[in-house]
Amino acid sequence: MSVLIIVESENNALKRNAAEVASYGVALAAKLETSCTAIAFHAANATELGHYGVTKVAHVSNGPTHFDAHAYASAIAAFAAANNVSHLVVSSSADARFLAPLLAAKLNAGYVPNVVELPEEMSPLTVKRTAFTNKAFVYTQLLTACNIIGVGNNAFGVIDNTVDCVVDEITAENAISNLEQVSIEKVTGKATIADADVVVSGGRGLKGPENWHLIEDLAEVLDAATACSKPVSDMGWRSHDEHVGQTGKPVSTNLYIAIGISGAIQHLAGVNSSKVKVVINSDPEAPFFKAADYGVIGDAFEVVPKLTEKLKAFKALG
Amino acid sequence: MNILVCISRVPDTTSKIDFIEDDTEFSIRDVQFVINPNDEFGLTRAIWFKEKQGAQVHVVHVGTTKSDATLRKCLAIGADKAFRIDAPALDGLAVAKELAAFVKNNSYDLIIAGRESIDYNGAMVPGMMAALLDIPFVTNCVGLEIDGTTAIAEREIDGGREKLKGTLPIIIGSQKGLVEESDLRIPNMRGIMQARQKPFEVVPAQEAPASTKDIKFERPAPKAEVKLVPADDLDQLIDLLHKEANVL
Ligand SMILES: Cc1cc2nc3c(=O)[nH]c(=O)nc-3n(C[C@H](O)[C@H](O)[C@H](O)COP(=O)(O)OP(=O)(O)OC[C@H]3O[C@@H](n4cnc5c(N)ncnc54)[C@H](O)[C@@H]3O)c2cc1C
Repeated sequence: MSVLIIVESENNALKRNAAEVASYGVALAAKLETSCTAIAFHAANATELGHYGVTKVAHVSNGPTHFDAHAYASAIAAFAAANNVSHLVVSSSADARFLAPLLAAKLNAGYVPNVVELPEEMSPLTVKRTAFTNKAFVYTQLLTACNIIGVGNNAFGVIDNTVDCVVDEITAENAISNLEQVSIEKVTGKATIADADVVVSGGRGLKGPENWHLIEDLAEVLDAATACSKPVSDMGWRSHDEHVGQTGKPVSTNLYIAIGISGAIQHLAGVNSSKVKVVINSDPEAPFFKAADYGVIGDAFEVVPKLTEKLKAFKALG
Repeated sequence: MNILVCISRVPDTTSKIDFIEDDTEFSIRDVQFVINPNDEFGLTRAIWFKEKQGAQVHVVHVGTTKSDATLRKCLAIGADKAFRIDAPALDGLAVAKELAAFVKNNSYDLIIAGRESIDYNGAMVPGMMAALLDIPFVTNCVGLEIDGTTAIAEREIDGGREKLKGTLPIIIGSQKGLVEESDLRIPNMRGIMQARQKPFEVVPAQEAPASTKDIKFERPAPKAEVKLVPADDLDQLIDLLHKEANVL
């Protein structure tokens, strides 16, 4: 029995969510009274996992250098089988949710994503996860010999616990893809919805794409990612990858600011697991006020520029 | 081209989520079931292929007779044949095993399943099927072109898009963007009438064992009242976000 923590990397460095997954995996191993190892692909700074209690990292330095679900799953499954791994821990990022099902089938493992806490029972292993797009929780038992837990994004948190960390270089013979990457387009230098601490989101209340500078200026001051409601992307005011909610991207950030968004149930479902929600809306009856922590009843065209200016001054003070 | 679309049946997005039997069971009272939205985007793309490039479109679902209306709707929208694998959908891995066995016994060039179902949000069935069948898989798919035996699939990634190329057969995890909302079809009278004549087959299950079991549901804790800040006192909002919520 042992725990294997699967961390993500990009551009030869660990991704930010590695800290939370590592913290969870270390805590899980302690609870199971067993050892734990992390596995990373192409991450020059893998030793930094030692900040979160990881003492051993298997570092794969061959195979595709960009995330490749098939190749990585093959390599991880072989490593898990060779090392008597009983519990695998992954994040619930889009990449992790691409990878984990492949792994689960290869290892005949039960898999539960969006887990929000350490297991409450160890035998049978029982975890609490979100369901119905954050409208409920469910306690799920994992019934297989080998299990995969997907830690909900921003659900468990990071535990600082610095230890010595040894990195073993390994070669994964079978890290071979069955797909060829034709191209990749990615914005650089801008916070993304999955990675940002703050997301500023605009709805139909902004009247048209020409007014989006309101959202962008506020986002810039806060180092925030920009997002939008579904009709906004359906009408082409903003691109599809900004659409958040039940049928768009999930948002699970520290601060979510909704501007001119009514708070329809499908929108709320996708953003509700954010820690703090602020709504700015001219209609005091807008349902978002029932879901938010802080609210301003007012015209976005007046409130948002003022808020942006004030935040600029606040940030300038440090 | 033979296309298989895997269909899941979920509570309508506006359904009240409630539990009975001491919170061990999801209450279906007053709940309307619909085709999982992510599957519907996939089915619509499949019908597009049928109309533009020529294809046979089959739909398959693992479930009980309760789901027959959902499958009939898929036929009314334009699928040619429906299969129901006769087993309760217990968990992701069991469903994936049923579907993989079904695919093995038939021959499909393209298999589409929604990137996730909006009830349990597992997002696991298509990927598990791909690994069981050892064929390529692209999820969060927002673009798909097929030319001969080559598929080019675009995947939405954090902050962008990745284009991937593979050889058929391939499995796709579909979502909005693969087709637009406005492309979705509402079954018309003619479609509904035709659906009655289309083949609908019930397939015996493999009875794959479940790998997970849901034992109890819990409602989220009630939310505290929103704190309203006057529009002319935004300093107060910044102060609250900074000192009370600790998020600035
Ligand atoms: C199956 C299904 C799935 C769906 N999935 C999603 C999803 O994933 N994400 C999503 O967002 N929606 C989704 N929807 C749509 C959802 O039901 C709502 O229609 C949508 O969220 C509304 O977007 P909105 O809040 O921007 O627009 P509206 O509901 O039109 O709200 C606009 C708001 O702006 C306010 N406003 C107007 N002028 C101003 C002003 N000057 N200043 C401040 N406020 C102003 C208004 O008071 C109003 O509250 C889905 C619907 C269905 C049926």
